[in-house]
Amino acid sequence: MQPIPILTSKAFGLTVGRLCYQLIEDHADLNGVALIGLQPRGILLARRLRKELQRIIGKEVLEYGELDITFHRDDFRHRSTLAAPSATQLDFMLDGRKVVLVDDVLFTGRTIRAGLDALLAFGRPASVQLLVLIDRRFSRELPIQPDYVGKWVDSIGDERVTVEWAESDGKDQVLLHPSERDSRDASTLAHGNSPDR
Amino acid sequence: MSSTVYSDQLSVEHLLGIKDLTKEDIELIFRTADGFKEVLNRPIKKVPSLRDITIANLFFESSTRTRVSFELAERRLSADVVNFSSSGSSVSKGETLVDTVNNILAMKVDMVVMRHPDPGAALFLSRHVDARIVNAGDGTHEHPTQALLDAYSIREKLGKVKGVKVLIVGDVLHSRVALSNIFCLHKLGAEVMLSGPNTLMPRHIESLGVKVEQDLDKALRWCDVANMLRIQLERQGGDGVANFPSLREYAMRYGLDLERYKRIGKEIVIMHPGPINRGVEVTSQVADHANSIILDQVENGVAIRMAVLYLLAARIPRPTV
Repeated sequence: MQPIPILTSKAFGLTVGRLCYQLIEDHADLNGVALIGLQPRGILLARRLRKELQRIIGKEVLEYGELDITFHRDDFRHRSTLAAPSATQLDFMLDGRKVVLVDDVLFTGRTIRAGLDALLAFGRPASVQLLVLIDRRFSRELPIQPDYVGKWVDSIGDERVTVEWAESDGKDQVLLHPSERDSRDASTLAHGNSPDR
Repeated sequence: MSSTVYSDQLSVEHLLGIKDLTKEDIELIFRTADGFKEVLNRPIKKVPSLRDITIANLFFESSTRTRVSFELAERRLSADVVNFSSSGSSVSKGETLVDTVNNILAMKVDMVVMRHPDPGAALFLSRHVDARIVNAGDGTHEHPTQALLDAYSIREKLGKVKGVKVLIVGDVLHSRVALSNIFCLHKLGAEVMLSGPNTLMPRHIESLGVKVEQDLDKALRWCDVANMLRIQLERQGGDGVANFPSLREYAMRYGLDLERYKRIGKEIVIMHPGPINRGVEVTSQVADHANSIILDQVENGVAIRMAVLYLLAARIPRPTV
């Protein structure tokens, strides 16, 4: 079955733009904010946000970092495959900073749990918020909720959500890959900036 | 979470020698070590991966660098660590190796890191006890983690290993480092030449596909990297005959001093597996030269050992209770 587009190029850009303005709304001049993308795919959103914020404000105001969580995962020795590590780029201490953790898709919450664990090796932030492009609500396995969400997606079971980026995949879009048995309409699955219908 | 990248696992259950590893295994170890190297530069240098693993370090032969390096690697992976050295233990009361290790394993140990004076001790152990074995040096046979960290340090300094010309100088006869290095460098596509006194060169060593050059100056002009092996004073003259007349004569013919280094006429990378006999294999000026990566080797040793332990632990099945 064909994947269902949830966000396509134009809406994608608007959503990323809105997330930027929400950050500015909450943090005023973004002073003391550290934007940290999670490897491997969260960094693509983090890089885009950084660029967009720079364009809106007119100068670089954030601390920016990229964090790999491979060695903090809770599924080491639980599966037959092995996660491959990516690079961490974080050359400042987090003490007293307002960290915004960035990932592309929030699903079970386990990656974020590992991310929080990895993050604390770099100091004691004043606060940590979570920003995701896609929140697959109703699939959480841990009590973790995002502070900023691009789009909510109600997906179940063996459905998958993928985020593609112009930089690495040729095109900005979010796709829902339905399970073989299902044929729902995309409009009933995805919601805009409100979790309520 | 959506798109974690997965990699293959190691093809082996134990690290007994480089000979058993594939090129892909070595590259996987290097990629994983890259990740751990970054962890080692964090303010908190510890990850929780091996927190349910217990590792015994069994050192039946003296060692400082390797033992400390392994122990740091284990602790930074959050493993529980027990140390054991042969002096003042039940070994001196006549207990066999298998008995010693099985007694330690009865205390629920998952992995054993062992250094032993007898070649093949690690292989022997892997056949007789139920734990993952990491060979930390077995007599004059292999020292796999040293070869891995040497090749990793070359890769870091020169950006590649393939096609690099590596010269190994000195006591090849007694050197487990030399044998493991030859296997490792060949698997990664480097060229290897040996230089040293005839008496310290094993017979038929050319059968491993290495060149042998008696003249150190010629050999140095050929190479990009010179690995100056330690003269193993504790193993010399085991058959009652000295292998060379004196340390001074060895230093004159096969030692690297600044004058000889300058005569090469190009920049080469200097390595030494340690501990250095300063003034014998290399002089202080060469050991502390800008092109010496001797301390980088030590630093990389911890990351490489973390990678090896992590990848071996990944293959230990979880108990299904």
